[in-house]
Amino acid sequence: MAQTVISTKCSALVIGGSAGSLDVLLEIFPNLNENLKFPIIIVVHRKASNESLLTDLLKHRTPLKVSEADEKVLLKNGQVYIAPADYHLLVEEDRSLSLDYSEKINYSRPSIDVTFQSAAEVFKEGLVCVLLSGSNADGVEGLKAVNKFGGTAVIQDPTTAMMPYMPQQADLNVKPLLVMHSFEMAEYINKLNN
Amino acid sequence: MVSDVIDNEQIEILLNDVLEVHGYDFLEYSHASIKRRITRLYALDSFVSFAEFRYTVRTDKQYFKRFLEEITVNVTEMFRDPSFYRALRNEVLPVLGTYPFIRIWVAGCSTGEEAYSLAIVLKELNLLSKSLIYATDINPSVLDKAKKGMFPLTYLKQYSENYFLAGGTKEFSSYYTANYSLAKFDESLNSKMIFSTHNLVSDHSFNEFQLILCRNVLIYFDKDLQHKVFNLFDSSIEKLGYIALGSKESLEFWPKAKQYKRIKLEKIWRKL
Repeated sequence: MAQTVISTKCSALVIGGSAGSLDVLLEIFPNLNENLKFPIIIVVHRKASNESLLTDLLKHRTPLKVSEADEKVLLKNGQVYIAPADYHLLVEEDRSLSLDYSEKINYSRPSIDVTFQSAAEVFKEGLVCVLLSGSNADGVEGLKAVNKFGGTAVIQDPTTAMMPYMPQQADLNVKPLLVMHSFEMAEYINKLNN
Repeated sequence: MVSDVIDNEQIEILLNDVLEVHGYDFLEYSHASIKRRITRLYALDSFVSFAEFRYTVRTDKQYFKRFLEEITVNVTEMFRDPSFYRALRNEVLPVLGTYPFIRIWVAGCSTGEEAYSLAIVLKELNLLSKSLIYATDINPSVLDKAKKGMFPLTYLKQYSENYFLAGGTKEFSSYYTANYSLAKFDESLNSKMIFSTHNLVSDHSFNEFQLILCRNVLIYFDKDLQHKVFNLFDSSIEKLGYIALGSKESLEFWPKAKQYKRIKLEKIWRKL
């Protein structure tokens, strides 16, 4: 069943970040094309009380439809789903989302690892996962799973990250890996559409 | 965590075993989440092959207890989502307080934190003496913990913060005595609780209630099973009674939802 894939169509994009990632998201989202042909899932560590702040912030800065992820909702192309505070977010085989209130992973709920891993199994080579600034190692195991299932792992260039630890850990432990400046990301994502 | 040591087909085999041998039906649970729980347990207990894991789950009663406890999620806290408890305190329980007797079902109570939170609010409203809280869970070992009413002292700072945000009026520490690393809650609280196993997937209604609390249980079920459980709640709740769910759960897509009216902002519905 081995096959050589020269350019695989992106079927889903997942972006994970922690401390220092909000600025990067706010830099990326205004520059995204309106007609992206894949769903985007965002997992950002934050306090349970800041409930809809992130959704509101992004909503007003992008032409794409942004909402907090509801459980059992089917992913639609061109829409942005934000993992709710205090829940893990998983992707099901039928491309629906499910939520999980189990123990924190890497002191985090939502955990980036959890979403990356479950998306990796579902979207396989069609998945692109981007790990941004942060001060713990959440997301590193997830990116390993992405590679394992044939997807594409991307990190923010640690030298441009407000908190370089998270992308640094990925840089040390995950191969292969695309390393990008934050200002290159919007263009990269728009190009995934082809 | 390795995520692909057990494949989807093996998960299916294992869950069929669990149903056939032990009578617990997890086939309508959300797949990604239960798969994660199972692979996590497999790694945690250092199994070397799926065959060995499967054999142990099938044949070792003691291990199955652990399996059950680990694949069901038992993460909970006291006064979880304080605004929810504020709504119970200010809008729901005073209405039920006009009844001669209040029967409450905490379905999927896990280690009991929500049942104790509820008992504290009832006590502060002077309603505990005429209330009865039925706390049920699929899992006998978490019920044993719930009965004891002892929670790790390390969590109490968070709980007391929640309690305060939920409109609590006393010193939270007046409800427990610290005992080494555990806080033991006042026995007046669980004197009004009945603990029992109940399986939302397979068991029937067992009483009529004015309030059913079932928070962060249904997120683990697929849509069909969610609707079955809503029907079970519907047949267990009196007219004008309340159903309370977790912050991300909803009655919205259930066909009978029109017969319920939501309390503003919170995930609490009243049967019309």
